[in-house]
Amino acid sequence: MKSKISAAFQRCKKERRPALITYTVAGDNTKNNSLKILNKISKHADILELGFPHNTPIADGGQIQGSSHRALKHGIKLKDVFQIVKNFKKSNPNKPLILMGYFNLIYQSGENNFLRNCKVSGVDGLIVVDLPYPENKNFSKKCKKKSINFIQLLSPTTSKDRMKKIIRDSHDMIYYISMLSTTGGKLKVSPRKILENYKKIKRININKSLVIGFGITNKTISSLKEADGLVVGSQLCKTITDSIKKRQNPVTKLDKLVYSLKNKII
Amino acid sequence: MKIKKGIPLIDQHDKNYMYGGKFGGNYIPETLKKPIDDLTKLFNKLRKDKKFLKKRDYYFENYVGSPTPFIKLENLTAHLGGAKIYAKVVSEANGGAHKIYNATVHCLIAKKAGKKYIVGDTGAGYAGKMLSMAAKKFGLKCKIFMGAKDIKRQRPNVEEMKKNGAEIVPVTTGSQTLVDAVSECMRYWVSNCDTTHMCVGSTVGPNIFIKICAWSTAQISRELINQVKEEFGKVPKKMKLLNCVGGGSSAMGFWNEFMDTDAEFIGIEAGGPKNSKLHAAPLTKGSKIGILHGAAQYVVQDKEGQIGSTESISAGLDYPGISPLHCFLKDTKRARYTSASDEEALKAYQLVSKLENISPSLEPSHAFAEAIKIAPKLRSSDTIIVNSCGDSIKDKDIIKKKLGSYIR
Ligand SMILES: Cc1ncc(COP(=O)(O)O)c(C=O)c1O
Repeated sequence: MKSKISAAFQRCKKERRPALITYTVAGDNTKNNSLKILNKISKHADILELGFPHNTPIADGGQIQGSSHRALKHGIKLKDVFQIVKNFKKSNPNKPLILMGYFNLIYQSGENNFLRNCKVSGVDGLIVVDLPYPENKNFSKKCKKKSINFIQLLSPTTSKDRMKKIIRDSHDMIYYISMLSTTGGKLKVSPRKILENYKKIKRININKSLVIGFGITNKTISSLKEADGLVVGSQLCKTITDSIKKRQNPVTKLDKLVYSLKNKII
Repeated sequence: MKIKKGIPLIDQHDKNYMYGGKFGGNYIPETLKKPIDDLTKLFNKLRKDKKFLKKRDYYFENYVGSPTPFIKLENLTAHLGGAKIYAKVVSEANGGAHKIYNATVHCLIAKKAGKKYIVGDTGAGYAGKMLSMAAKKFGLKCKIFMGAKDIKRQRPNVEEMKKNGAEIVPVTTGSQTLVDAVSECMRYWVSNCDTTHMCVGSTVGPNIFIKICAWSTAQISRELINQVKEEFGKVPKKMKLLNCVGGGSSAMGFWNEFMDTDAEFIGIEAGGPKNSKLHAAPLTKGSKIGILHGAAQYVVQDKEGQIGSTESISAGLDYPGISPLHCFLKDTKRARYTSASDEEALKAYQLVSKLENISPSLEPSHAFAEAIKIAPKLRSSDTIIVNSCGDSIKDKDIIKKKLGSYIR
């Protein structure tokens, strides 16, 4: 059976546009709000990434760190993350949702137990920031058995040989990190250069959906439209931060932002 | 789980870089795979390269200063009335602590790699001070990440870093101590790994950093084993080697050459304030295995896997994790680990400084606290050696505040 993630990419392809993929942190700024945000932005976004926060992230920039910190301060636990997913899926059963985070939380829950919870709550895919190939082989197999997409990452430092191996081991979707940066960095490479790399990777296997992330905002998104999908994360987190500061409602602010992001790629 | 004889401990990992199948590895973002692979290849080449080894030895001798003194603490021994107590005075090395070995080697490697920039983390400020010193010597531009709390409590070392021309980046996330400095330094490296070399300040982090660090500090025991043989004619039976452990670089260096002898290894972690639940002693207090800074290790954490808060009077030991090498030594029972409280460390500092010509900083004072505890129960034929790997001068403010006066 085709995964919901594949189906989402197919729909976008028909509409001749990239999939819009959002990233927010579960529990940011509260459990309730993060669910409300998911419900709202899923009207415009094609795939939702949801971060399960860790307090010692080694690859996140300031914005996502801030969101994680807020969520943890409000006491978010993994069981809450799964509850948010479950509730979201009740009203949006076909919208693909990807959990993203660091391996220690999975390690502490136990891989099998974690995947069981993913399955029960309706998680479609997983990104584990600090579990690279080939260390992720076993875990990625376990995901496949449960029909959960394990999403491999590629970066500008990944050699071509390594790319081929990783792509061979990948599931439906692959994530290309646009530049040498933590999340939320300024786009320091030209979109033209990013797309050049993108096409090289795409040529290795055109059947895999390849998305670009890191440094994408409403200022840069339209210049990368050729990709299968584009991920926006830090700008969403920053918008939550700003709306809290200004005592505005983060839910409506994010709704507006994601709506405008969508308009820039259709 | 077993330690193999005749093979350097740092090389006793499997193909996934795990020690004992459980500790270490490379839990890193994809972006760092290549820089870490490159560094691994370069280091493997250099450690077999006679010219490079000669260069290392040259700088260890003429720049770091080798050998550091090995002395008997006559007064402390007499005062405690048990085992003979000795100190390896590593604080006599250039810069005042063992961190100089790792810093020097990293700068030599960075030069070989053609990098112009070097970054590093620091807790007590020694790792940062030494890296800034060595960077200056070898003509590298240096950036040091340091927790804001540590910047306040380790001012003398901060001043030194500034004098050496390093840029100090205060880290204001989390607990604002070493753990956050290491995270921030790694994040910086993720963004700048094409131009910049990273030095991790202890035997922690992705495998290659553990290896380079332990390989560098091993100089301490290369000197000591000769000094011991000179003093006693051989390695005395059941000789006890006491060392404080934060990340564990000092202890690894102090023990390495004695691995296949019957010397006993005792590692002393930071137990924190006497009446506090917080500590920095994952090995002693039964912490579970988790992943921190790219490696699996015993680590202070909650049930979910969030890294836990720590507390210690000694900034250098105030770290929730511990080298995978020490986890391996613990589980194979090659080393024994215990902890000393803030109060015990302070008392030990005071007693040693009063009686002897050395004045250990708060980190090695944890090891002296254990020596003070066990020496009276041992016989005069027993030998204890403590690694005095730092000088109290950097802790002057803290000591004055806690004890009312500072002696050295
Ligand atoms: C004097 C001294 N001793 C010990 C340590 C602890 O580190 P490690 O366990 O890596 O030797 C430090 C760390 O900053 C230190 O400055």
